[in-house]
Amino acid sequence: MEPAIFVERKNQIHRKGEAPFDLECDKESLAGAVSQRACVFCGSRVVLYPIADALHLVHGPIGCAAYTWDIRGALSSGPELHRLSFCTDLQEMDIIFGGEDKLYKALTELIVRHQPKAAFVYSTCIVGIIGDDLYSVCKRVGQERGIPVLPVQSEGFKGNKRAGYHAACQAMFQLMGTGDVSGISSHSVNILGDFNLAGEIWVIRKYLSRMGVTVVANITGDGRVDDLRRAHGAALNLVQCSGSTMDLAKMMEEAYGTPHIRVSYFGVEDMAESLYAVARFFKDPEIMERTQALVREEIAALTPQLQKFRAALSGKKAAIYVGGAFKAFSLVRAFRLLGMQVVLVGSQTGTKEDYQELHDITDEGTIIVDDSNPLELSSFLKEKDVDIFVGGVKERPIAYKLGVGFCDHNHERKECLEGFVGMLNFAREVYNTVMSPVWRFVPRKAAVDMHNP
Amino acid sequence: MLLRHTPKEVHERTALTVNPAKTCQPIGAMYAALGIHRCLPHSHGSQGCYAYHRSTLTRHYKEPVMAATSAFTEGASVFGGQANLLQAISNIFTVYEPEVIAVHTTCLSETIGDDIPQIVAKARDEGKIPSGRYVIHANTPSYVGSHVTGFASMVKGMVDYLAASNGHKENRINLIPGYVEPCDMEEIKRLAGELGVPVIMFPDTSNVLNGPQTGKFHIYPDGGTKVEELIAAGSSIGTVALGPLASGPAARALDTKCKVPCEILNLPIGLRSTDTFIDTLRRIAGVTVPESINIERGRLVDVITDMHQYFYHRKVALAGDPDQLVALTEFLVDLDMWPIHIVTGTPGKKFEKRIKEITREVPHPVNVRATGDLFLLHQWLKSEPVDLLLGNTYMKYIARDEDIPLVRFGFPILDRIGHSYFPTVGYRGGLRLLEKILDTLLDRQDRDAPEESFELVM
Repeated sequence: MEPAIFVERKNQIHRKGEAPFDLECDKESLAGAVSQRACVFCGSRVVLYPIADALHLVHGPIGCAAYTWDIRGALSSGPELHRLSFCTDLQEMDIIFGGEDKLYKALTELIVRHQPKAAFVYSTCIVGIIGDDLYSVCKRVGQERGIPVLPVQSEGFKGNKRAGYHAACQAMFQLMGTGDVSGISSHSVNILGDFNLAGEIWVIRKYLSRMGVTVVANITGDGRVDDLRRAHGAALNLVQCSGSTMDLAKMMEEAYGTPHIRVSYFGVEDMAESLYAVARFFKDPEIMERTQALVREEIAALTPQLQKFRAALSGKKAAIYVGGAFKAFSLVRAFRLLGMQVVLVGSQTGTKEDYQELHDITDEGTIIVDDSNPLELSSFLKEKDVDIFVGGVKERPIAYKLGVGFCDHNHERKECLEGFVGMLNFAREVYNTVMSPVWRFVPRKAAVDMHNP
Repeated sequence: MLLRHTPKEVHERTALTVNPAKTCQPIGAMYAALGIHRCLPHSHGSQGCYAYHRSTLTRHYKEPVMAATSAFTEGASVFGGQANLLQAISNIFTVYEPEVIAVHTTCLSETIGDDIPQIVAKARDEGKIPSGRYVIHANTPSYVGSHVTGFASMVKGMVDYLAASNGHKENRINLIPGYVEPCDMEEIKRLAGELGVPVIMFPDTSNVLNGPQTGKFHIYPDGGTKVEELIAAGSSIGTVALGPLASGPAARALDTKCKVPCEILNLPIGLRSTDTFIDTLRRIAGVTVPESINIERGRLVDVITDMHQYFYHRKVALAGDPDQLVALTEFLVDLDMWPIHIVTGTPGKKFEKRIKEITREVPHPVNVRATGDLFLLHQWLKSEPVDLLLGNTYMKYIARDEDIPLVRFGFPILDRIGHSYFPTVGYRGGLRLLEKILDTLLDRQDRDAPEESFELVM
């Protein structure tokens, strides 16, 4: 069967080398297409929920709370309040008469019981439609209870996840500037856009500590309200996953003059370059020396261990479909380090600049795609005869049905994939799935085996 | 202690749900629609809704879950979603070529007042629906009911839109299996087959959400009830509906619309509910129960008697969906176990009454709550602990904190497999449940036994 492609989506798919590069993106999804995207609420929720000592209350119907209950695997070294699910569970009568009273009661009860450092109140589609005044309820409860109660304007229909990231940043920004910044080192940073999946932020914090750089706030993995309140005292913002927290970095730059650099902790080159960028920023020769030593040491330990994987994986083909495109850059380089070729790369919400960069760093013939769907993805995977697919929860079973290896580089990663140690874990995970003997039982491979016993 | 924030004392809450024991209607509607052959479920709302439903179903079944969305934007939310749905219908039939599009609404489209039948009629008038193809719908606002009522509404939608009487009564029975797993549906069909009763079963998610690895990705796997069967359901001699909440509305609608009389039974979980199911099929179809089924039943009774010393007076706490909990509680009482805390998030006063009847003879106070949540269940457990928990994956927090063993049962199960392959309905399903409960209890006993009383033979 011909791959089913919507005519309207023709310009959101590009094969490098076939035509001048001009990928369409940043479009609303086509109604009826099976897009892999989510909504504004989803974006806000995934960014904010790792703040572990805050209360997270979903003001809306039960589904929005149920589907976001502890799904991200964002680890906390202390409080676990974020792993509970709190919801006003709006009912028909609330839709008719308004949910403000219910919200007030729910917030008050929760704050009295759990004594959180702050509360985030998430708006949902329905709240946007019935017009509950989230601001005034939050303000009132905040005054009565003496903690920041922050509305998150995350009505689902207002766009895709990127709009939700923005709403989350606006909510967090309310906290900044309210804490005491005395005593913060001049060699200090905030880590933005890392969610501490599988303990990753702890790895990065260790590197920074070895370099002599202090971390003021984790934003948001293993995050704490008090750290966010004094985050404006940091000398520099490190922004990973630029989609989710770049807005916050810009707001902080404007309000407090905090500069930012874009970093990535995935893959050897990007990890090393990110640490060097931090060292260069502080213009302190000692920090630079320590950084060089750190990178040397880590790479020396890592390289021999990667050899086995590289030897086995060399020439294998990889496909990537992720939420934000920024992560894809690092993945392309990481696969290259393993001697593998990326033949398909796409994202749900990449921007023009993102795709241009992807185009620049990929090989001829690579398919670049924006806001794809299962049919397209499966036809590309088959066409390119890939050995591994990197994606999220909805992509995994597609790969497995086709008999292709898979690595979750999203919420469901079980191994730390950041840092030098993460590169080793990534290589091992890729190796384990690509070389797995289970694919012998899959029809495509079984047929080959039969002819070449 | 993940749930260290849970206090023992229970205060009535009027405005807050903590750790829900339910989710919203649309996911149930999506699951039901996947049980129609070559059907693409369609979520008329924001993109997030269907993304969440697909992700949750994918996590539960480890299968690709296909559905489409109207992808509401701010404009659609102000001016109505008609344009989105019309475009979606046209796009879907052009590119994905389903036989049926099953539209369910969301809180958003319900509240702005989109009239789905009117939009579907317009689509038909404009030639957007090819001949021989169908668009059906169910109203499933997320602020009413739960995933169970959403499932019920979509199954009723199948009747409302498709079932038709041909003027004759054909010698076969309609089976509505309830909100159960694909393998349960398969087992219900198998039992009818053993009895020699010709049936039409709808919906049927077997071979859709528990499909084989074939090396191919299919938008529409082989399983599902065919449209012709859904139409023909209007000419069957009777309907047996399993689970009053999930299957009752469709069965009654079929009676009203096509004069197909119905019997609404418990889900066939456990001995007595399965007896009732088999006996009802036998009676309506006028068949005799074959020896093969008697043997299956006898085996279940055999294990119940062989092992009853390990069941009796063990206290159990359950959370889940009403139809399942009613049948399951009855089964536990039959085993002389004590189900003492029972919670569903799904609203409905009948549930509490029904559970109280079933547990009347249990010599222990019984807590039961509809519109409850797992936070409440946990509070009850802190006052009165139990030997065993039965419920979905979210119960693992309580199991860990209170150190009580958990048998996973219900929806969603995000951390184990088996639920989509090994049925818990019928006599064989009963055996499987007993095995799981016994394994769990005895593993715990082995783990905790002091060395001197650690036993080889049990």
